[in-house]
Amino acid sequence: MTDRITEQQAAKVAHLARLDITPDELERWTPQLEGVLEHFADIDALDLSGVEPMTQPYPLVNVLRDDVVRPGLDRAEVLAAAPAAEDGRFRVPPILGGDM
Amino acid sequence: MSPTSVSSVAAAVRSGATTATALLDEHLARIAGRESEIHAFNLVTTETARAQAAAVDAAVARGDDPGPLAGVTVALKDNMCTRGIPTTCSSRILDGWTPPYDATVVERLRAAGAVMVGKTNLDEFAMGSSTENSAFGVTRNPHDTARVAGGSSGGSAASVAAGFSQVALGSDTGGSIRQPAALCGVVGVKPTYGYVSRFGLVAYASSLDQIGPFATSVEDAARVLDVIGGHDPNDSTSIPQQYPSLVESLGRDVAGLRIGRITDLPGGAEPDVLERLEAAFDALRAAGATIVDVEVPALTYGLSAYYVIAPAEASSNLARFDGVRYGLRVDASDTNSMYGATRAAGFGDEVKRRIMLGTYALSAGYYDAYYGKALKVRRLIHDDFERAYQRADVLLTPTSPCVAFPVGAKGDNPLAMYLVDVYTIGTNLAGHPGMSVPYGTGADGLPVGVQVLAGTLQEPTMFRVGAALERSMS
Repeated sequence: MTDRITEQQAAKVAHLARLDITPDELERWTPQLEGVLEHFADIDALDLSGVEPMTQPYPLVNVLRDDVVRPGLDRAEVLAAAPAAEDGRFRVPPILGGDM
Repeated sequence: MSPTSVSSVAAAVRSGATTATALLDEHLARIAGRESEIHAFNLVTTETARAQAAAVDAAVARGDDPGPLAGVTVALKDNMCTRGIPTTCSSRILDGWTPPYDATVVERLRAAGAVMVGKTNLDEFAMGSSTENSAFGVTRNPHDTARVAGGSSGGSAASVAAGFSQVALGSDTGGSIRQPAALCGVVGVKPTYGYVSRFGLVAYASSLDQIGPFATSVEDAARVLDVIGGHDPNDSTSIPQQYPSLVESLGRDVAGLRIGRITDLPGGAEPDVLERLEAAFDALRAAGATIVDVEVPALTYGLSAYYVIAPAEASSNLARFDGVRYGLRVDASDTNSMYGATRAAGFGDEVKRRIMLGTYALSAGYYDAYYGKALKVRRLIHDDFERAYQRADVLLTPTSPCVAFPVGAKGDNPLAMYLVDVYTIGTNLAGHPGMSVPYGTGADGLPVGVQVLAGTLQEPTMFRVGAALERSMS
């Protein structure tokens, strides 16, 4: 199950995670990622059929509250902590163009 | 001589025998004396602390009750939001960001009269076991500054061990409170998942993260947890019920309690650590407890499951750091390029490795093989622990397989570092509470911690055993 992870796969993962990565980092991290995944091979030996996955520790259901207006964060304060803002909104570079 | 326990400090401040300001000055003086060699803090909040101390003293002067933690100095791990005070997670990516709100624990500490002295260093976004993976430098162990303080809450552990603050808060995702507590010779508690609100804690792995206290005694830890614990409507995973006072559980002895020894505990602990564990079993037996053998067979798979689940959750949680709403942005011609460049410049190596690991484990074609299996192993670990707790009231293990190791010893070898968490990780996966109690010294005279584990919401029993261990050392 633990196929060898290639530098090409690692590069694809970095792209999916929106992390620019240098050739040097790719070379160093690919075997490190593989090392951690190899450790996972011990789990492959287990028979897990019929085991219910556990996503969280405490059996909670959705928590709902009454739909009433409450004060939120101060907009000016939030925008002041952002890298760029304009007209009460976060400002970002163009979303079209470039590598999608 | 100033009072030293939380209860004696609060009593002295409330009665006017001393002032919060005078106590703060003592701690600031100790910080001035040794912080340059320890580096416990990312920021010492001197002015805020003086204002909080003055407010406590003013309340006493007015005849108002300043609260159960009146004048108690506290250090906060720098992944807990503090309004108007930088919160960095020891990452460059939050450069220049100040939170617009306080974490619930911060509000509760302030309301109880505590005085916040600073924000403590951590492994970036709490990913690490040594506080070496910080953008702002290594935190060193107050017992030997050539060694690590442990991590990821190393700054908080070091702050309490060095007397920079009387108590501290950390967060524990796989051992990040208990392991540094053990390495620094202080008490560290990871409560049941949901016991303390995570509102305002910057998320690493949401289904594992839990806030808890560091202190120099089990009683002090109980007093802090009694203040910060309890339901919070702002955290949907916070348990909606009242808890009994932990301080009140401390007086009961351990006669008749069943202390579990895990016979199939994963190997790797150093002989000096195991020797202290045996001494702890002996002390509890002498105090009237019964030692029972239990098995937790799935525990051996804990590391493998954790290092898929935690990075998977982290890769999702840390997607929010994209150069749009907080801190750092590296400008580029379009948003996608801006995201990639910002995250490359802002995150350190370990964070990038875990984001990549998590993204891989969640990606099409690998989800079932890794993440899906890890969640099933998590169930096995939880169920094995639950079975063990039918036979034993608490379990005793080492906290860390070794004493504090030299700075740089684990180098650029992620797996070697991950193995340090072998005894703490299972508790987070199960959602159970655990605490580390200092229990003498091992190699080179360095502190050794013994870990007390208990079932869901069994904190009163866990604290009772922790207090008994502490008494046996005095």
